[in-house]
Amino acid sequence: MKITLNIWRQANAKAEGHLERYQLDGVSEDMSFLETLDMLNEQLTTEDKEPVAFDQDCREGICGMCGVVINGAPHGRYSSSVPTTTCQLHMRSFADGAEITVEPWRAGGFPLIKDLVVDRSAFDRIIQAGGFISVNTGSAPEAHSVPAPKLESDRAFDNAACIGCGACVAACPNGSAMLFTAAKITHLAMLPQGQPERYSRVKSMIAQHDAEGFGGCTNIGECASVCPKEIPLESIAQLNRDLMKSLFRREGK
Amino acid sequence: MTTTAPAKKAAVKTGDPALAFYRLGADISDSKAPDVDIEKMWKTRQFQAKLVNPSNRRKLTVIIVGTGLAGGAAAATLGEAGYNVLNFCYQDSPRRAHSIAAQGGINAAKNYRNDNDSTQRLFYDTVKGGDYRARETNVYRLAEVSANIIDQCVAQGVPFAREYGGLLDTRSFGGVQVQRTFYARGQTGQQLLIGAYQALERQIAAGTVTMYTRHEMVELIVADGKARGIVTRNMVTGAVESWFADAVVLATGGYSNLFYLSTNAMGCNVTAGWRAHRKGAYFGNPCYTQIHPTCIPVHGETQSKLTLMSESLRNDGRIWVPKKVEDCTKDPRQVPEADRDYYLERIYPAFGNLVPRDIASRQAKNMCDQGRGVGSAIAEKDFDGNPREVRRGVYLDFSDAIGRLGKKTIEARYGNLFDMYLQITGENPYEMPMRIYPAVHYAMGGLWVDYDLQSSITGLYVCGEANFSDHGANRLGASALMQGLADGYFVLPNTINDYLSAGPFPKVDATHPAAVEALDAVKGRIEKLLSIHGNRSVDSFHKELGAIMWEFCGMERTAEGLQIAIGRIRALREEFWTNVHVTGVNEDFNQALERAGRVADFLEFGELMCIDALHRRESCGGHFRAESQTEEGEALRHDDEFAYVAAWEYGGEDKPVLHKEPLVYKFIELKQRSYK
Amino acid sequence: MTPVATQTLTVHQKAVRSSVAMKVLMAVTGIFLILFLLMHAWGNLKAFFGPEAYDHYAEWLKSDILYPLIPKGWFIWIFRVFMVACIVLHMLSAYLLTVRSWGARGRYQRKDRRSQTFAARTMRWGGIILLMLLLFHLGQFTVKLFLTGFTATSTPYQAVVLTFSQWYMVILYALFVGTVCFHLRHGIWSALTTLGANTSPAARRGLNYTAIFVAALLFAGFMAMPVAVLFGGIK
Repeated sequence: MKITLNIWRQANAKAEGHLERYQLDGVSEDMSFLETLDMLNEQLTTEDKEPVAFDQDCREGICGMCGVVINGAPHGRYSSSVPTTTCQLHMRSFADGAEITVEPWRAGGFPLIKDLVVDRSAFDRIIQAGGFISVNTGSAPEAHSVPAPKLESDRAFDNAACIGCGACVAACPNGSAMLFTAAKITHLAMLPQGQPERYSRVKSMIAQHDAEGFGGCTNIGECASVCPKEIPLESIAQLNRDLMKSLFRREGK
Repeated sequence: MTTTAPAKKAAVKTGDPALAFYRLGADISDSKAPDVDIEKMWKTRQFQAKLVNPSNRRKLTVIIVGTGLAGGAAAATLGEAGYNVLNFCYQDSPRRAHSIAAQGGINAAKNYRNDNDSTQRLFYDTVKGGDYRARETNVYRLAEVSANIIDQCVAQGVPFAREYGGLLDTRSFGGVQVQRTFYARGQTGQQLLIGAYQALERQIAAGTVTMYTRHEMVELIVADGKARGIVTRNMVTGAVESWFADAVVLATGGYSNLFYLSTNAMGCNVTAGWRAHRKGAYFGNPCYTQIHPTCIPVHGETQSKLTLMSESLRNDGRIWVPKKVEDCTKDPRQVPEADRDYYLERIYPAFGNLVPRDIASRQAKNMCDQGRGVGSAIAEKDFDGNPREVRRGVYLDFSDAIGRLGKKTIEARYGNLFDMYLQITGENPYEMPMRIYPAVHYAMGGLWVDYDLQSSITGLYVCGEANFSDHGANRLGASALMQGLADGYFVLPNTINDYLSAGPFPKVDATHPAAVEALDAVKGRIEKLLSIHGNRSVDSFHKELGAIMWEFCGMERTAEGLQIAIGRIRALREEFWTNVHVTGVNEDFNQALERAGRVADFLEFGELMCIDALHRRESCGGHFRAESQTEEGEALRHDDEFAYVAAWEYGGEDKPVLHKEPLVYKFIELKQRSYK
Repeated sequence: MTPVATQTLTVHQKAVRSSVAMKVLMAVTGIFLILFLLMHAWGNLKAFFGPEAYDHYAEWLKSDILYPLIPKGWFIWIFRVFMVACIVLHMLSAYLLTVRSWGARGRYQRKDRRSQTFAARTMRWGGIILLMLLLFHLGQFTVKLFLTGFTATSTPYQAVVLTFSQWYMVILYALFVGTVCFHLRHGIWSALTTLGANTSPAARRGLNYTAIFVAALLFAGFMAMPVAVLFGGIK
């Protein structure tokens, strides 16, 4: 396959960026999208040019480190027939001769580091604000002492599947991280262990979400459409319900 | 650790070629496990360990490198205890450590199924699974604390699979006969890691842990005989900085990425462990790597990593290759039944397709070496270094199972795996047989540690896959997660205090000669890498090294092959340092430079791994020496000669030094396995 | 620099001022406005019962509702203040959230967004256009500042009939009502979701159908009378 890539190049956060055009020949349709970038980087290295910086690690769709916007969609969602991460998108999703635009996640909450790499540490700080259950090692009761209803437990799992990649933010016209935040809130709210801190958690996580400079949710649903792990839009409604209830409670006053 | 004079009966057969590559040092042994009944050992050790007063803990600094199950759990737990923890990872968030990719589950001796499980049985299964090359005392403790792990994780909100009654579901895994494996769909590793990550983030918010992401450890600082700090490179700015502490913990995972193609994440590396090794930490059993038989095969030269599919596929799939070479390029559905070779069923009629991982893997390689592999032809070098093309894949066929059980049943059992296969290969496994091939998956070897998880450097502790301690020569399924969390939550936090109680140690800062030396060495190495301006990319060296390792130190190893490998690695290393091309500068986000440093260390470590494999003239677990097999082609152990841990001391310019830790089995009887 | 939430506020205070709380405010005020519109459309249909019925209805609104609980004529003012408050709060929250969004959103060279509806995409500018048209509408029939074909002394019935006998006035009104209904197509769904009603994929479908149904109902309800006037059904 022959592929033309238009890739966002930007030396650092302060530099001006631009789309640079690259031609690649001999791309196999079995290659993953990141392997195509590897191939480009090998070519650039041979030409003594600076390779394209991009984040990646596990390359099996679970670590959440990779993520670029491909033809206007995070993880190239609309080039693929199934939800996917960038690393699991394969070149057979593109036609021979295709022209592909590659850009970094763009959002106020994700400052750019270089080329296709952005800083997603805001997500960690949202979790720090309350995305946990306060239990010290060793103080846990016997696992079977508290049964957890299966349906709620399954729903917790559906939300715990979030890999924190940031595609939801990248897709959102408001640069909102509400789906990410909602996934964690719903995960913990659906488990008996998560109840004691449920309402203080939602307050502090939302406060941090806003402090990080993410936008508000306008219920458009772009986030859920591109989510590689299919976190449902309903989770945001769960977050809203919990927040509304929390406003009538004393936690965090 | 204690050392004794070199064993007199170091029975070395004359003419062992390995002798040319190493020196024999004094035997060593673990000195920390109390000499009491194994059931009382851990409690006794906990009682004997010296304590640190809670109010003194914040005056003690602990550096932890790595944020996976072991590192993340240890950082969170030591933070909760009140120590001042500095935690480092190379990823952009601690949640991305490669523990996240584990699919299957986590073992725990809870006996919720009332099926005769117990600490004793998990202990026995793990030692047996490790082919009797693990240290009994550590394994028993692992089995003992396994139950607490489940309690801890449930309390943290890990959404394990549950029954309708709201209680935890378990399944049987990895060929054991009890159902002790807890799981969270196909992503147990991710869920456990998120539990540890949340606990860690809670401590970061509390201020007990300071997190440094995108920081790669590139050197260990050993001052006055103690591990007192590390040197890191800030991967965003390129800043090379030193950090100081009273103790250093490495939880830096395994080294399987040495093979270039493995199921590890692209960033997994041996640098932290290797740098510690160069500073005096012994490396235990580096030749023990685990190969997983059911991975998606290589598609071509640009392949960057291999994806594992659950072994459960072998429960219903039948493995075969064409009998005739000319059928290998045909549509498999056109190959008549009579022309198919269901080789595992043929060779091992009793176990058939369910033979252990290593046997299934080795036979797949044998079939492909015979030219009967399927899928894309891959360019590689043969034994003599000549280019050749080999098809590296065998069929895993579900057509019988679909015919017998119906597509619905198969979909219910393996739907997600089939989808994953379809997404990666573009082939529909409901219609076409899958193609599979083995891939390196896990490193049982690692830095040598004692019962306290302390390495041979005072004050340097090693947790999780990075140490060698619990899995012997082969790891039982669903035990990696168990070990990482056991080390991080329950073992290290109860042993490191014994060392820290003597602290705070005299202050060491950037002016200390050891720190200056370490920092200069790092800067020198970076400068050197950037100044070579050769003709080959870093990745091309890594790929070549991987190919050498896979060919000669992969599933089947021979004395001759390993010697060839050592020669080729040396030549490649030399070429690397004269012909590598690393673009860019240090003071930048420079991924080529990051990789160059890692590959440089792999090129040194690979040689040690081959030497270890060469010296161990027996087959055990994940290490199969072609010279040591039964008449039926089974792995043959030599307990008389090799029932020891090989702990390697760095030899500098000279040969590495082998220290043997004899393995004494007091509680379990050694047996040779058979799957015929 | 690490962004830190304003230190002087408690977590609870931050939650009260959060983007989610702001959305709730927007949703609640929006729902009041929708309820008003439903009532307004219903009231307009009085025109089909002739001038007396219509003018009596208009008069009733301004006279003795809730009398003697409150003095005659007070209700309409209380109601107007309440409506204006809803509109102001609705706009204020929209403004604050929009400013936040503009700071947070990314600007792509190429973007492919497939989930957003046209209605969703036009909420903000649509809202502003809506405000302009609303001011005109109030200036026309409430304050009688713009006399579109009627005089200051015309009865309410005369005012609407004279206005909507002119085809361009019907088109302008259709534009107004159409904009309102587009706004509501996303607004109803969004408000109900913000208030937590989106509990499952089925609920989501239900909410979307509800939004479309209410928007269409309002359009039909509001347009029936002017169209009837234009084609001579109401004289």
